[in-house]
Amino acid sequence: MSLWSRIWNSVHGEQLNREIDEELQAHIEEAIASGRDPKEVQRAFGSALHTRETSYRIRTAGWLESLLSDVSFGWRQLCRNKLASTAAVLSLALGIGSCVAAFRLIDALLWHPLPISGSSKLYVLSHKMPGFDGKPLEDSHWPTPEFKVMRDAVKDQADLIAISDADRTDITWSTDDDMEKAHVAYVSGNMFPLFGLEPALGRLLSPADDRGPGLNPYAVLSWDYWNHRFGRDPNVLGRSLHIGDQAFEIIGVGPRDFTGTEKGTVTDIFLPVSMNRLASMDSVSRHLTFLMLKPNINPATDLEPLRQHLSAVSRAFQLDCSTCFRGMTQTDIDRFLNQTLVFGPAGAGISELQKDYRRLLGILGLLVALVLLIACVNVANMMTAQAAARAQEMALRISIGAGRRRLVQLILAQSALLALLASVLGASFAAWSAPFVLSLINPPDNPARLALPADWRVLLFGFGLIVLVVLLLGLLPALRASAVRPVAALKGGEDPHSPRHLMRGAIALQVAFCFLVLFLSSLFVTSFQRLERRPLGFSTDRLLLLEAVASKGQLPVVWNQTAEALRAVPGVDSVAISGWPLLGRIRINSSISINGAPPSPIPAWFLNVSPGWTSTMKIPVVFGRDFLPQDTSPGAAIVNETFAKTFFPGQDPIGRTFELGANQPTYKIVGVTPDVPYHDLREPSSAVFYVPFDEIDDKSDPKTVDFATFVIHTSAQNPLVLASSLRQLIAQRHNGLRVSNITTQLDLLRDQTIRERLIAMLATFFAVVALLLAGIGLYAVLNYSVLQRRREIGIRMAIGSTRAGIVRIVTLDAFLVVALGGCTGVALGFGAARYVESLFYQVKATDADMLALPACAILVTTLVATLPAVLRALDTDPTEILRAG
Amino acid sequence: MAKTDALQGSLDLLVLKILSRRPRLHGYAIMTAIADTSGEVLRAEEGSLYPALYRMEEAGWIRAEWIKKDTGRRARVYELTAAGRKQLGAEESRWQSVSMAINRVLREA
Repeated sequence: MSLWSRIWNSVHGEQLNREIDEELQAHIEEAIASGRDPKEVQRAFGSALHTRETSYRIRTAGWLESLLSDVSFGWRQLCRNKLASTAAVLSLALGIGSCVAAFRLIDALLWHPLPISGSSKLYVLSHKMPGFDGKPLEDSHWPTPEFKVMRDAVKDQADLIAISDADRTDITWSTDDDMEKAHVAYVSGNMFPLFGLEPALGRLLSPADDRGPGLNPYAVLSWDYWNHRFGRDPNVLGRSLHIGDQAFEIIGVGPRDFTGTEKGTVTDIFLPVSMNRLASMDSVSRHLTFLMLKPNINPATDLEPLRQHLSAVSRAFQLDCSTCFRGMTQTDIDRFLNQTLVFGPAGAGISELQKDYRRLLGILGLLVALVLLIACVNVANMMTAQAAARAQEMALRISIGAGRRRLVQLILAQSALLALLASVLGASFAAWSAPFVLSLINPPDNPARLALPADWRVLLFGFGLIVLVVLLLGLLPALRASAVRPVAALKGGEDPHSPRHLMRGAIALQVAFCFLVLFLSSLFVTSFQRLERRPLGFSTDRLLLLEAVASKGQLPVVWNQTAEALRAVPGVDSVAISGWPLLGRIRINSSISINGAPPSPIPAWFLNVSPGWTSTMKIPVVFGRDFLPQDTSPGAAIVNETFAKTFFPGQDPIGRTFELGANQPTYKIVGVTPDVPYHDLREPSSAVFYVPFDEIDDKSDPKTVDFATFVIHTSAQNPLVLASSLRQLIAQRHNGLRVSNITTQLDLLRDQTIRERLIAMLATFFAVVALLLAGIGLYAVLNYSVLQRRREIGIRMAIGSTRAGIVRIVTLDAFLVVALGGCTGVALGFGAARYVESLFYQVKATDADMLALPACAILVTTLVATLPAVLRALDTDPTEILRAG
Repeated sequence: MAKTDALQGSLDLLVLKILSRRPRLHGYAIMTAIADTSGEVLRAEEGSLYPALYRMEEAGWIRAEWIKKDTGRRARVYELTAAGRKQLGAEESRWQSVSMAINRVLREA
């Protein structure tokens, strides 16, 4: 109350003075009216002005008044130097905005707790074990039977929740409708109640919906899906949803902000885990397993015993499992049993996106922090130069009695003004850039979707950032200014070199940061280029991929007839069928055994392909032949060169045979192809074998196929122009085949490099900004130093210094400082590069050209930035200087 | 100045006490009340009365209000707040203990 009245009074100073005067005047009149001598009364008040001053000061907040005047003084200072102030505000805005945007992304993906109750007590169970290639594997998927055993074992301390990945699934809303895609997750019935979620409509799944396979065909929609697919139509309740040959009844809509536990993917439909078609196949049905501690359990003390208990239960289950190890080698069994069970905090959700982008976001955070620091150093240098120019004024202020605290406040007010202006601009930059960067993580199948709220977390971060910036900008110049010795400064004898030492140190720091940014971005850009230009071994040109499904399965002959029909369409050059596309989401491996020997420790990847697939993909068959229509699987196989080298070293592979495990049917190698990337562009070549699309069972009858991909080479440059007519053609044949997804081989290739492209793009952007800012900073400091040393330069010229000599004294310092900064940058760069090695592709931090590139860029910038200062120095007219002195 | 020194520290107490007996007084009335009740022994100087009033107002012990007088002029009148009443109690007991202490010293000497 009293503080507010003081603040009010400070802002309304005029009115307050009038009121004080009026009250005192009333007093005097009263006194005179009661018969006192007017003169005596006046005298009793003492100096009227003094009384008023004293009264005024009591009733106002002095600090606020001085602050107001400092702010308006700071504003005038900024206005005096419009260009420099604008540059300062813009560079700070970019820095602050980038930092806030990066924070929004990092927080939304990695830290922001799920909108559920008890998110801090939620963990995910993973098993860690060595992979077949020796690298550690971590997996959070657990088979349903094991889940049940573990759930019952810890039911007094914690609840286990099963949630499947939110897979993009084919669904139909009535059997005749076109197929759509939706993200479907299977969840155990206890999920909604344990997460404390309330339905927006109808009811949610409950533990009663987990009774048994096929018993509870119910579906819950997420609010987001209900909103964009049904426009929040309440009549959606009771409608039925078809997945394959299953039908589900919609029973409710989830709460508004809950989009599942998979950060980056919005789950559209929740189904009971018991309704998973794979639920009857115990070894195949695997779900993420979450653990929610009961309220009375203390995570600090009870978590480790709980983990050990679960670990023992899991191990006992696996040892008991008779079917688990069928067909596995002893090494594989040992490897599998050698796993450890770990708990990971899952309060912020669990997703592949988090795993893939954690490092990238870390680097992004580092880049934006560095750019902000570089901008701060620039502005601090500007303010130091201004403060040095104002040394006389400061000295005068001190000598007429200004407190040093007041001087610090004066300069901090100016830096706060800059920071506030910049933060307003920065906020709008962050509001635009965070969703923009997120929209670049856009595989067509599954674009990243994240809520990016501007909530109190973001505001708090922004506020902290502003305080930090104010201190970074203002503290040094403020302390310097307040340390002014009035006598020395007023005499004009203040050491002119000391602010330059400070500014040079700042420049060295700036160059170091700039080098680090450039170094990292050159590593990322080179990685991206090498990945993009990596020889593929097949052509992505004009390849349309129609992913088709047959819900009840269709014989290969039906698939082959459909391919034949597609071939007849004008504009189609060739058509082949493969089980799934190269570089797509699916990859399947199998163990290989040669001549009945036990399976080798290294598995090989495989793919079913039709005759003509290799020529459609432009993959040459270097030895042997392509498949013929009469080839079947098992029977014939084509292998890649790595397969041949791994399993038949030094032998001619044509005609050799192998099996997929002991006592399995035999495959005879008919052809050899070069290595092509199978699943991941980054992986080194692995052993791959191709088998004929036509599969037969052990009675030599053809087996039905549920899904496959038509690979279509078109004569048109853009293969997608044929997509809809081909899709219709397949639908019109009414042979049970349906197109579920259309893409191109080129898009699949692009998907592989989204992360690398994103980091390369961001790194390039920040590298340019950093270089620009560092250049401006260097220019300003050199220019200032030449101005300060004009007398010295003039005298040197007068006593016969050569032009080369002048250039040397002006630039030597600068180059030393830049070299010092560069060396620091190299050290920082090596440190940072080690942390992100996993993002590099075929580049190493120690490659000479990775260092040369940033070094050259900085050298060129330095040359350009020093040029104006050098010209100014050479332009000095000694006679004028000496006369003025 | 010498006169105000004698009042040092006790002006607040006097003003609060006066206002606790007679609410809604203006500055001049407070001054005359101090003089009257003390038998003209104590006098609050105008130069220190008003700063003291403003200080106590900011401290929240008293609150002020403008009223219109019969003469047509405005006057600023003061009255005690709850916090002021508490403060008065504290000041009174402080004064009692100080004056007792001084008396004791005078007797000993």
